[in-house]
Amino acid sequence: MSPAAVKVNNLSWMIGGPQGSGVESSANVFARACAQGGLNVFGKREFYSNIMGEHSYFALRAHTDVVRSHVDEVNVLATFEVETLFRHAREVTDDGAIIYDPSLGKTKLSDIPTIEKRLAADLRTHFISRGLGETMDDMLAASKQRGVTLVPIPFKEILEQIANEFQVDQLSKISRIVNMIAIGASFGLLGFEFDAMTKALEDVFRGKAKVVGMNVAGARKAYDLAKSLVPDFPYHLEATKQTMPRLFLTGSQATALGKLYGGMRFQTYYPITPASDESEYLEENEILDLNGHALAPAGSEKAASVLVVQTEDEIAAVTMATGAALTGTRAATATSGPGFSLMMEGIGWASINEVPLVITLYQRAGPSTGMPTRHEQGDLRFALHAGHGECPRILLASGDFEESIRDGFLAFNYADRYQMPVIHLVDKALANSYATIPVPDLSDLRIDRGMVIPPNNGYSKENPYKRFDLGNGPVSARAFLGQEGTIFWNTGDEHDELGHITEDPALRNLMMEKRFAKLDLAAKEIPEDVKLRYFGPKDADTVLVSWGSTKGPLLDALDRLWAEGAKLGYLHVRLINPFPTESVVAYLAKAKRRVAVEMNFGAQLAGIVREMTGIAMTHSILKYNGRPMSSTELYDAIKAVTRRKAAKRTVLTHGA
Amino acid sequence: MALEQVLKPQDFATEVHNDWCPGCGDFGILRTIQMAFAEMKMEPHRVTIVSGIGCSAKTIHYVKTYGVHTLHGRALPYATGVKLANPQLTVLCLSGDGDGLGIGGGHFVNAGRRNLDMLYIIHDNGVYGLTKGQAAPTLKLGVQTKSLAHPNINDAVNPIWLALAAGATWVARGYSYDIKHLVGLIKQGIDHKGYAFLDVLQPCPTYNDINTKEWYGGEDRKDETTGRPMPRVYKLEEASYDPVVHDNAEIEEKSEQALHKALEWGDRIPIGVFYRNELIPTFEERIAKRVPTYTESPPALQPIAGPNGEPLTDLTKLLNRLTFKPA
Repeated sequence: MSPAAVKVNNLSWMIGGPQGSGVESSANVFARACAQGGLNVFGKREFYSNIMGEHSYFALRAHTDVVRSHVDEVNVLATFEVETLFRHAREVTDDGAIIYDPSLGKTKLSDIPTIEKRLAADLRTHFISRGLGETMDDMLAASKQRGVTLVPIPFKEILEQIANEFQVDQLSKISRIVNMIAIGASFGLLGFEFDAMTKALEDVFRGKAKVVGMNVAGARKAYDLAKSLVPDFPYHLEATKQTMPRLFLTGSQATALGKLYGGMRFQTYYPITPASDESEYLEENEILDLNGHALAPAGSEKAASVLVVQTEDEIAAVTMATGAALTGTRAATATSGPGFSLMMEGIGWASINEVPLVITLYQRAGPSTGMPTRHEQGDLRFALHAGHGECPRILLASGDFEESIRDGFLAFNYADRYQMPVIHLVDKALANSYATIPVPDLSDLRIDRGMVIPPNNGYSKENPYKRFDLGNGPVSARAFLGQEGTIFWNTGDEHDELGHITEDPALRNLMMEKRFAKLDLAAKEIPEDVKLRYFGPKDADTVLVSWGSTKGPLLDALDRLWAEGAKLGYLHVRLINPFPTESVVAYLAKAKRRVAVEMNFGAQLAGIVREMTGIAMTHSILKYNGRPMSSTELYDAIKAVTRRKAAKRTVLTHGA
Repeated sequence: MALEQVLKPQDFATEVHNDWCPGCGDFGILRTIQMAFAEMKMEPHRVTIVSGIGCSAKTIHYVKTYGVHTLHGRALPYATGVKLANPQLTVLCLSGDGDGLGIGGGHFVNAGRRNLDMLYIIHDNGVYGLTKGQAAPTLKLGVQTKSLAHPNINDAVNPIWLALAAGATWVARGYSYDIKHLVGLIKQGIDHKGYAFLDVLQPCPTYNDINTKEWYGGEDRKDETTGRPMPRVYKLEEASYDPVVHDNAEIEEKSEQALHKALEWGDRIPIGVFYRNELIPTFEERIAKRVPTYTESPPALQPIAGPNGEPLTDLTKLLNRLTFKPA
């Protein structure tokens, strides 16, 4: 092996272990330590629908610049158990390293019941073709053959030393420290400053001095050992100076923050993966601060709170949020596919009654239960048509963390202004990923409650308030339950101006037309920079069209392709309904190659583009194996299109 | 309201044409709601009535307060949302027995777990009227009302039992032809601190030809000496029945008593309050323990924007926890 050039601050790191063994907090410590040292990170979490025992792993990138996606290759794989090695050792780059426990070397593939039959068969072929047996040592030998550095760490011995030092009687009580031993070894190997890790441990285990102490001690031993074992590893992490503060958050947190900033004061939910994360975050932070004491009415500064209600099912979740919205409260519910399926009737009711209701839809792999903990952008058409009959709604789809914050905020403005349900689409790949991002400037955001009836309204018996007044354009001023002078009625039946049931055919037409005219108004008023965004040269021959979380890997792949001189454009659509038809036509009309990039089977947005504009995609790059797109595979697939070597339909398959 | 106006029951009536069948038991419930509101000096804009789907659900269009006619089976969660967002409103919730105990049965159970301060009335006639008389959850096994092809193959659910099991803290039954008694029950149900459930026996003159007004009134079994009908319905309060839980130690005894009483059916049908317990904290009180400002500043009454739309929510504390500052 020739000495490789040192690669500073451009690392793909992975840790794996059984679910429930502390892998998640270890990845958190690794990421926080990197962020502490001024690096930018992007982390992706993969796990089974399982509480304990099945394989889970975190893939994390650390870089000097902002990172927006994961990559296929792994430079450092860290683990304290066997299954992770069998599953991921082949992803490690030739110049990379594997941190492992040598005492487990004799464990056979057949000893691991959680490895799927298909993968086991594939691994056996791998071993046979190399003339190897099927133990962990054989797996490592295969890696070593191609140059991978092996970093044996005696996890158990280190644990025993910690137990002695801290006078712990049973090793099982401190078994979770193996995670931090793996991290310590990683940082030793990478030559990163240990202090950042100490600080990260203090943050994660705040107030638990002994836990911090033991973890720091274990990590330090592994750090020193790895450093001495591999003094010249080609990947290196160095602390860098940041001049601006950065946020470190998940997509779920980003969405929750946007909603709170937008004045949401009521949220319902029924437990479901991955949507519950947002509601739990809100529940933990239910007491809010109000700013601008000059702006807030006297005495109300400390009175802000968000009420989060766990309901008996998603039907109750959507209807309860709607009831709250009728009182003037900014109310929402958050769910995922199966729960959203139960909300159809409630969405129709909110639409015919012109109730500002926000639904945050965290997409996951369907249909039915599908793969609950895996990724997909499969609900675009479903969200667009959810509910029987024809009922207008606004659809916003966020592509990154900042868009999640903004759309969480804007959803309420649009719901209020156009008095209809707003479905905010987020996908699991965004919701469950975390990253460091520059603190976004949100100073442009203003709350818009739309047309509302003022307190002293002068309505009387002779001149009653009409909730669905047809006299002043499609939007009728809204009153809230409990507001004097504004008695109104709601019904799921077609209704008259007061809100009473009608089957009058002429009135029916007027009400249908009123409801749909609001969508036209929304299409006219919603700013272009919310509707969509175009990246790259305007005259690109090849234009990629996408939505949602694929934005991250696309931009990372494009940065590489643009640097190579490729003339590529990327149209990121954020407002799905009302569809920005004219703008999309303008961007796509002249492109020779139009490429749909979506994490679903059917190229759903491509279908909508064709329906609305008549423009067909020439190619599609799709992925539906439940794993998010990496920038690596997108780079390859896009390159094939530009070189005219791609089939009309490319299906991406990477991911464990 | 600047001056206290005295509203009469008819002031709570709308001009909407009422399309219930003549003789419908719903008329009695509508009338008693309006009478109760007038007697309680309710301000119309402080009351919201939420209903599900069916003949019972149309009631809200005939009452001049806020009326929210929702989805089949879903009146309770809509009402819960209204009440939680603005607990200062008086909230009534109306369902039919198919609406509330069939399709909406899950919500019935979970409303009991919360003990939110509102009154839930089930218009109980044993049939799905608006869809032409199919058997509903309170129709007894083997009973064949007139549009059924066969006797009812399902047994009936007992709404009183179910409400008690779910945790309702005021459980009562009324009869829609005993207006005076029913007004009293509705007033008590509204006044009750916590989740009040009122089952109202309500003949469907079109589709339930078994449990008719005449049947409830005992016209098929006249007293041999007086020749007067012997009504099946009798009042618990006239039978020295005490439904009140005065002390938590009494919960078991009073629950057992109520369950026992609720089994009576056929020759003698009790109406009145089966169970009352104001010692269980309401959902509002439970929230206020977590969020001390909830009572004065519930979600609906919180300011969220300044005069020019400036967002008032201060995220500083939350963002600080997620921020890495330059070293």
